[in-house]
This record gives sequence, structure tokens and C-alpha cells, in this order.
Amino acid sequence: MGNFMDNMGIVFALLGAALAVILSGMGSAYGVGVAGQAAAGVVTEDPSKFAKVLILQLLPGTQGIYGLLVAFIALSKMGLLGGGVQEMDAATGLLYLAACLPIAIVGLVSARYQGRTSVASIGIVAKKPEQFGKAMLFPAMVETYAILALLVSILAVSAL
Amino acid sequence: MAVLQMQKINICGLKKDRKSILEILQSSGVMEVTKTAEEDSVFQKMDTMSYRQMFEKNALLADQALEILQNYAPEKKSLLAGLEGKALEEAAHFKRMEKECETILKSVKQILGYEKKIAESKASILKVESQIEGLTPWLNLDIPMKFSGTKKSAVLIGTMTETVTLEQIYEAVAEKEPSLDAFDVTILGTDKDQTCIVAVCLKKDATKLEDALRAVGFARPSQAVGEIPAQQVEEWKNQIQGLKAEVKSLEEQIRAYKDQRKDFEMLSDYYRIRAQKYQVLGDLLQSKKTFLVTGYVPQKDVAQLEEKLVSRYDLAFEQEEIAEEEQPPVLLKNNVVAESAEGVTASFGLPAKGEMDPTSVMSLCYIFLFGLMLSDAAYGLIVSLACFVVLKKYKRMDSGLRKSIKLFMYCGISTLFWGVMFGGYFGDAIDIISGTFFNHKVSIPALWFVPLNDPMKLLIYSMLFGTIHLYLGLAMKGYMLVKDKKYLDFFCDVILWYLLLTGLIFILLPTELFSSISQMTFNFPPIVGTLAKASAIIGAVGILLMSGRSSKNPALRIALGAYDLYNITGWVSDVLSYSRLLALGLATGVIASVVNQMGSMIGNNILGIIVFIIVFIGGHIFNLGINLLGAYVHTCRLQYVEFFGKFYEGGGKMFEPFRRDTKYVEFKED
Repeated sequence: MGNFMDNMGIVFALLGAALAVILSGMGSAYGVGVAGQAAAGVVTEDPSKFAKVLILQLLPGTQGIYGLLVAFIALSKMGLLGGGVQEMDAATGLLYLAACLPIAIVGLVSARYQGRTSVASIGIVAKKPEQFGKAMLFPAMVETYAILALLVSILAVSAL
Repeated sequence: MAVLQMQKINICGLKKDRKSILEILQSSGVMEVTKTAEEDSVFQKMDTMSYRQMFEKNALLADQALEILQNYAPEKKSLLAGLEGKALEEAAHFKRMEKECETILKSVKQILGYEKKIAESKASILKVESQIEGLTPWLNLDIPMKFSGTKKSAVLIGTMTETVTLEQIYEAVAEKEPSLDAFDVTILGTDKDQTCIVAVCLKKDATKLEDALRAVGFARPSQAVGEIPAQQVEEWKNQIQGLKAEVKSLEEQIRAYKDQRKDFEMLSDYYRIRAQKYQVLGDLLQSKKTFLVTGYVPQKDVAQLEEKLVSRYDLAFEQEEIAEEEQPPVLLKNNVVAESAEGVTASFGLPAKGEMDPTSVMSLCYIFLFGLMLSDAAYGLIVSLACFVVLKKYKRMDSGLRKSIKLFMYCGISTLFWGVMFGGYFGDAIDIISGTFFNHKVSIPALWFVPLNDPMKLLIYSMLFGTIHLYLGLAMKGYMLVKDKKYLDFFCDVILWYLLLTGLIFILLPTELFSSISQMTFNFPPIVGTLAKASAIIGAVGILLMSGRSSKNPALRIALGAYDLYNITGWVSDVLSYSRLLALGLATGVIASVVNQMGSMIGNNILGIIVFIIVFIGGHIFNLGINLLGAYVHTCRLQYVEFFGKFYEGGGKMFEPFRRDTKYVEFKED
């Protein structure tokens, strides 16, 4: 059993990297999806607003990229990119898993909420296109927390 | 660095000159006309609504004609046509429009008339086509559809409601009228919901046969034509040919106007300008012999405008003090670099009365922080070069767009600088390319350090930059207070905070907590520690006592002070917010290396090189796009929330002068 757990390290670590990509990607897909629906509605009425609503639609997409970022750093630290796989005990593997969790979970939740805020901001642009600067700020506020989570994940993974 | 000083102007002139005076005001475009006060028995407003609507309608007609021309004789436009801006036309063209507007409008109406005829012809074609379709099942009939019989025989032509066979019809008739035997039924054609038949019998049996057939769903055709169906269809087809030829010739006639496009554009703008003039005219107060214009003019333009008007007309040109409670419109004037960020200020809000224009300080911070977030030398070079080329190529670009592109050019240069500092050239492309394809790893060392190898260091520096940025914001607040001679406020709201914050920072720096996080140790002489403590205590006590100074009640005053002291948490979160500088900087570099590594996976062979080039171009365009967006959004946020939050509220109204606001061309001034 002890021997089995010793080999589980790399599995846990990989699970962490996978979760970082999966959960934050799911969140971003939802966020960009709902914002895209709202943006398409605005463009049917006024195609000239395309560039503005596209920017707002893309804002919740960053969480997925942050997840990719953390996963990539984690994978290269584990030696899964190029080079041979490092031997890893279960404790280290769990440490990787824990380090990936902030961006995974906060990425999922914040991207969903950011998507909904983007929808509301697209509503601003539809009615008052000159207020684009302010409209952009509301989704950016939500993003702060994804950035904080990203930061902790990066610092934790690179410190391991 | 300034909000332009506005001057309130009253112009009183003779009514007979009003239109030409308004034209001068409009073409110089330096005056915002205010909607004047109530009418009274002497001064009244004129109703210009109907004229204005007519001009607006004419402008719209010209727009429609241009659209139609674009449909039939498309003019090729490049993707970047939006950057070109409006062409500058000689003033003589404007004069020409005054004379020729009626003639050109006639051409416009002609085009619209042709378009209407085309639409009608196309509708007729559709109608005839559907008629042909309705007659198709009858094509086998070689007698006219209304033919009722000869002297002795009767002919029944009609449809059965369902698809039936000949046998079913004969059976049904035999059942109903067994006595009938001399009759003949032919099926002409069937489609999914009807069967067309023709039945022949003796004249005397006609009613019996028809009744028998009706029992199984026979009906006379609703749309009977007098001719033989085949002939009729032939006739209709000829008609369609004729209509198609007509449409073609009409289209040709529209195309003949394609060289007049420029005239139509000028015509549309000419009517637009006149509509704007009449709108202002309708807002003016006029007496029997005189009229009155009031508005704001930037002080630098007043003398020139006065000169222009007084030399030509008999009028009173008068400058008035701007009253205390009045909010004059805001126009910003900045140097070449700062000017580029005016759009960023404007989208937050222009300075309200009494506030300073933050653009010049903000623009430098903007460029600095933007570069730090994107931080890749190659990306910076691409962005700044692309913006430079666009600026050089399109001289007549809309001024707002021009400023934004200029801002991105400066940001690109800053990105280039930070890229060199951090050693990012398409991420780690140089290492990867040299290692994979030349078997000899070359790398350009970072001038300062590589963030991915030492993220903690960049985090500390990000917060340092953040602290400087925030201190700058507080300094701006101090500057505004000193300028307004509010020295007590300056001391309480600015100096005390500086004392408190600086003290706290210097208490924090030498602690074990900080050195364990940052791997940096500070050893100050003891006097610094004592000074820091003293300054923090003075600051804190001062804020506690002074923040609520507006309140007379001492208990409330202390409570307000304590609440203000609680703002220290706001400062902590503001500083932490600058950690996004690190996160976004790392994002650019890491995604770039993901792209490079993916591209190099196949290795050093022909296929590998092709794949690398495709992945490299696609991947880096994606990365550049997504990170440009991120850097733009988050730099704006740092300016709006953290920096402006310290001193700036905005809320000024944009200066919107009465001018020639055109869509296609700009006319030179006389």
C-alpha cells in the first residue's frame, strides 16, 4: 500500500494541472458564451458596435488562459514537458494539487460572474456607446480576484 | 496640462445678418451655443423645424442614393478604410453646392426613382412566376380553360381536391349515376393536393355528371384563364423577359451615376450643415430687428472670432464673466505625449469645474504600466511600428482615433523597453529556435532579471511601483488643495497621510515577516526606526483628531476620524491590486513559451519547420491580441480606480462647438 501511495505523487500533481485547466476553462467558456449571446443581439441591431462588444465578450476569457498558465508551469516543473518524469512522492503530488486549486476554483466562479457582468455592460454599450470606458470597468473589477488567485497559484507552484 | 479657459460671449447683431453670422460661427467651429432663456414679448424664437426636417430628409436621400450606388456599382474599399478620415475639400465646392444643390438633388431623386421601379418590376416578376406555377398542372389542356362545350357536347374542367386515379373517378360516377354511360374523363396532371381533370359528355347529361363528380370533390378552377394554358404561360414568360430587361436597363441607368458619387457625398454633408445651422437658428432669441447669440468660446480663440465678426458686420460683441454656479464646457489642451491619453481621461469623465486636468501625469503612468504588463520586446516593436505606419499613412484620420493610436505607439515603445529589461523576445523564441533548429542554444540575457525565475522580486517591485503611483495621486490632491489655498485641508488630508503611510512602510521593511516573504533584508540605523514610529504615530493621531473637523460635536469628530483611519485597509488593497502587473506580465511570457514549445515539438526537419512557422505566427498573433486587451483593460482600471480614486472625480461636460459636423467630407474655411 505504501509503495502504491509512493507512485501516486505524479497522479495527484497531474490532477492538479488538469483541474486548473478544466475548471477555469469551464468558467471562461460559460462567461464568454453568455456574453457572446448578448453581444450578438447588439450587433443585429447595430453592427457598428461590433468591436466594442467583442472586447466586452472577451473579458471573461482570461481565466481559462490563467488556468493554462498555471498548468503549464506545473507541468514543466514536474518534468512532463520534454525531459523524463520526475519521481514524486504522494505528499509532493498533493502539494502541486493544492497549489493549482486557487486558480481552478476561483477561475471557475469568477469567470461565470464576470460573464454575467459583461452581459450587463454590453447592455450599457447598446444604449450608451460613449460610456464604453465605464462599461469595461465593471467586468474588470471581477477579474481582480482571478488575478489574485493566479498569483497565489503561480507563487506556490514555482516555490515547490 | 490644462483645461482651457472658457469665455462666455454674447453677440447681438442685426436680424438681416443672422444667417451669414451663423455661417461664420459654424465654419470657424469655436463656439458652443447655449440654449438661451425664456422668450418674452420682445425676444422670441423662430420656428425652424420644418426647414430643418426638410434639410435632414434631403441629406438622408443623398445617403440612400449613395447606398444604392454602392449596391449596383460597388466601390472597392480596403479593410483599413475606416482609418482614412474625411477628405478635405476646397471651400469652392461648398459654394458650388449652394448653387447646384437642386440639380444634384434631382439626380439623387432620379436614382431613388429607378430603385423604386426596379423593386416594383422585381415584385411583378415574382407575381407572374407564381401565376405560371399555378397553371403548370393545366399545361396538357389544349383547349381554353373557359371552354364550355360544342353544340352537342359539354366540357367540364376542374380539380378534384385530392389525388385520385381515373378508375376511382369512374367508379364514383357509376355508383352515383348508374344511368350515365356516354362520358369521358381525362386526367391532365396531378400535384400533391389536387388532380386536374377534364370531362366530356352530352350536353343533356352535363348537370348529372357535374353533380356526380362534385360528390367526389370536383370543383371549377378558381383561377381560370381565357387562353389555352400553354399559350398563356408562353405569354407570361415573355412578360417576365420584358421585366427583366427593364430591370437591367434601370440598373445600367443607376450605374451611369457612379462618377457623381463625390457630388452626392458633398450634397449630403451640405444639407447636414444647413440642418445644423437651422437648429441653432431655432434656438436664438430674435426681436423685430435684432438677434442674440450666447455661448462659450475658448479664451485663445475669442480675439480672432471678434476680429472676424466685427470687421464684417455691425454687431455688439460682448464678453461676460462666468457666474459662480455655472459649469462651462471642458476642452483639454496638452502636450504631444499627454494629448494621446485624453481619450482615457474622457471615458472616465472630464474634469469638473475647479478640478485640474490629470491627463499629463496619468499619460506617463499609463504608458509605464502598460509596458510593464505586456513586457515583450518583439510585441512592443510590432505594436509601435504598426501604429507608426498607420499614423504616417492616414494623415486625415479622425482626431480621437489618431490620439488613441498614438497612445498605443507610445505604449509599444514602453513595452519594448520592459521586454528588453525582462529578456522577452516572443517569449523564449530565440532559445527555442536556436536550440531546435541550429543545435546551439543562444539566449539574450535579460537586462534586469527574468520574472518567471524570480516572481517574488517582480511582485515586490510591482507593489513599489503601485505605492509610487498612489503617492503621486495623493500629491495631485495636495497640489489641487494648495492651488485653491486650502492649506488646512492640505495638511490634514495629504501631509498627515504621507506621514502615516511612510512611517508604516519603514516600520514594515526591516521586520522578519517582510524579509521572509521578499528575501530582502533592510538594515536601517535605529534612528530610522524611531523616526518611522514617530511619523506613523503623528500621522495616525493627526488623522484621528482632524478628519472630522467639519463636525462640532467632539465625540462625533473622533468617530469620523477613526473611520477615516480605517481607510488604511483601502490603501493596503490598492497596493495589492498592483500585483496584476506581475500576473499579466507573466501571462504574456508563459503563453509565448507555450506557443514556441508547441511549435518545436516535431523537431528539426522540413515538416517541423513548416509546423513551427504556422504555429509561431498564429500563436503569437493570438497571444498579442489577448494580452493587448488585458493590458489595456487593466491599465485603465489602475488609473480609474486606484489613481483617480485618490484625487479625481470628473463630471465636466464636453465642449461641443457649433461647427460643420459632417459625415463624408470636410470643407475648408473661406
